[in-house]
Amino acid sequence: MSDMSQPPSLTAHGDPAAPDVAVETESPPEGGRREIVGRSPNQLAWLRLKRDRTARLSALTLVVAALVALCAPLLGWLTGMDPTDKFVDRLNDFGMPIGYAGGVSSEHWLGLEPGSGRDIMLQLVYGLRTSLFIAFASALLASVIGVTVGVVAGWARGWLESVINWLVDLTLAFPFLIFALAVIPILQDRFYTEREAPPPAFRVALIIATFGLFSWTYTARLVRGQVISLREREFVEAARAAGAGTGHILFRQLLPNIWAPILVTVSLNVPQFIAIEAALAFVNIGVTEPTPDLGRMIYNSIGYVASDPWYTLFPGLTIFLLVLALNLFGDALRDSLDPRSTR
Amino acid sequence: MFRFVLRRLVVAAVTLAVISLVTFGLFFAVPSSPAKVMCGKNCTTEDIAQVEQRLGIDQPLPRQYADFVKGVFVGRTYGSGDFRQDCPAPCLGYSFRNNQPVTEIITQRLPVTLSIVFGGAVLWLALGISLGMVSALRRGTVFDRAAIGITLAGASMQVYFFGLVLLYLLVYATGLLPFPSYTPLTENPARWAVGLLLPWMTLGFLNSALYARLSRAQMLETLSEDFVRTARAKGLSTRQVHTRHALRAAITPIVTIAGLDIGTSLGGTFITETIFGLQGLGKATVEAVQFLNLPVVMATVLLAAVFIVVANIVVDVLYAVIDPRVRLN
Repeated sequence: MSDMSQPPSLTAHGDPAAPDVAVETESPPEGGRREIVGRSPNQLAWLRLKRDRTARLSALTLVVAALVALCAPLLGWLTGMDPTDKFVDRLNDFGMPIGYAGGVSSEHWLGLEPGSGRDIMLQLVYGLRTSLFIAFASALLASVIGVTVGVVAGWARGWLESVINWLVDLTLAFPFLIFALAVIPILQDRFYTEREAPPPAFRVALIIATFGLFSWTYTARLVRGQVISLREREFVEAARAAGAGTGHILFRQLLPNIWAPILVTVSLNVPQFIAIEAALAFVNIGVTEPTPDLGRMIYNSIGYVASDPWYTLFPGLTIFLLVLALNLFGDALRDSLDPRSTR
Repeated sequence: MFRFVLRRLVVAAVTLAVISLVTFGLFFAVPSSPAKVMCGKNCTTEDIAQVEQRLGIDQPLPRQYADFVKGVFVGRTYGSGDFRQDCPAPCLGYSFRNNQPVTEIITQRLPVTLSIVFGGAVLWLALGISLGMVSALRRGTVFDRAAIGITLAGASMQVYFFGLVLLYLLVYATGLLPFPSYTPLTENPARWAVGLLLPWMTLGFLNSALYARLSRAQMLETLSEDFVRTARAKGLSTRQVHTRHALRAAITPIVTIAGLDIGTSLGGTFITETIFGLQGLGKATVEAVQFLNLPVVMATVLLAAVFIVVANIVVDVLYAVIDPRVRLN
């Protein structure tokens, strides 16, 4: 990776550290001399990202996954099936799908769920929707909380700073997963009695809120560090001299300077949330039936591992590929935004 | 050193107090009456009131919390007259389901979780650190590239998928291993190890990926530092430079993360335990949560927090022991 210690405007020909940054989209001028083109750090990052093969591949995977998830109803319409449709006539007397590889056929490309007889592909596609929505919404919420707390903690001095630092330490000491495990059914019990089933949106909102409320600490620490290092700089003083208010300085002057690390945190938070959401669903605390969910599919498949391993394989592989692609993309994004970081 | 540990302990105690308050408030203030859950469907209002009195939950909430804390440190007495139940010193209450003392549940379940986590940790640290070190020392070779690829995949793999894959391949398809089970170490060490081999391998492989990546990066950074060059210039052998000087400096952040990981795992191996049907603490939490068995949930959440807080302190002390550049004050 190239070195960003020079100002971007110097990255023209003859700079061995960044030999090809400025030339890519330029048509070679006549006479062999190239013009020196200034590029902003953002443009440089974008160029680096575009050139990274891993980034392109993982981005492609993610786009496909997102498209598939968005177009799930279309797929259901095309195949004429619903994720909740039960094809019991395609199961044998023991509730196992008839045929090879868990009942793979021209109608059911990934086979059927043993027991219930639902189409696995439709469950997967709709489950992808659940996963991606929860993960992105939680990452957004966690970042908003994290950035706000971080900016305030970095700017404030005295008691407010200590209180926020202590709050961060406290949240870090909270056993997040176990707590999420406990809090979600208990809050549901608070608002709904045993008999009435809560709407799926309630459970989803509860999961997002729990994730958001306990995962902002990393972002907050990061932003706080950045704000502390920036708050004594000249441009802040200049803004204050020009009569800018604190809010303006914090969110219009400081924040644009630290969006890069924030973006990286968000991109690395999403795969984590996908994994944790599936983990909760795996112990039956996640999204409830009949909303399709990848983690619950794996949980349901435990009893069939010996007889129908395909049922475990498809959702497991989907989560794995999704998390892998997101991790790789997050790494590539970090490398392109901060070339000094080592892999 | 002593003052440092003392200060950390005070902070830890305050943190735990706040966590217990939050958990207590949430669990006992928010949900519908635990007495109703405990009593069952055919209870009259009087029955419920009686159960509430017996549990001490007819009192105002601050009083209940005070009773809970008192129970933990000096023990408490539930109910009165015929329903009198003495709960000695570390009293965490009684299970809503079968009236078993919560402390008894924990002492039954804890050894299982301890065995899983410590066995797994030995495997993941040994595998991860050695892979990362060798990778760093042979940077750019085929071995390094293969290791990077494997660890990347491993870091994105999930316990609930990988565990089931291993279960299928090693137990159902080939019969190489028996289905995981827990035998106390003191009873039969060989069966203890064989029964837990599968969870150890699952945790070991997945977590080692992270450690391999981390230790490779740390080692590469350390190898380029001045003190390594000095050690070399003094005429030490390559091996001594790598193990005595570079490794020792590179391992410090790894110890931190390992300590915190072990602390977190002790409170939350519920996925591993669910996959392999092992009756550990995590499984106890999952079961308790499903039946809104609040005293058990409360105890396991608190215990998980204790593990994390203690792991933090242990890590800080270890830091000073391992890294000569760190001084505690």
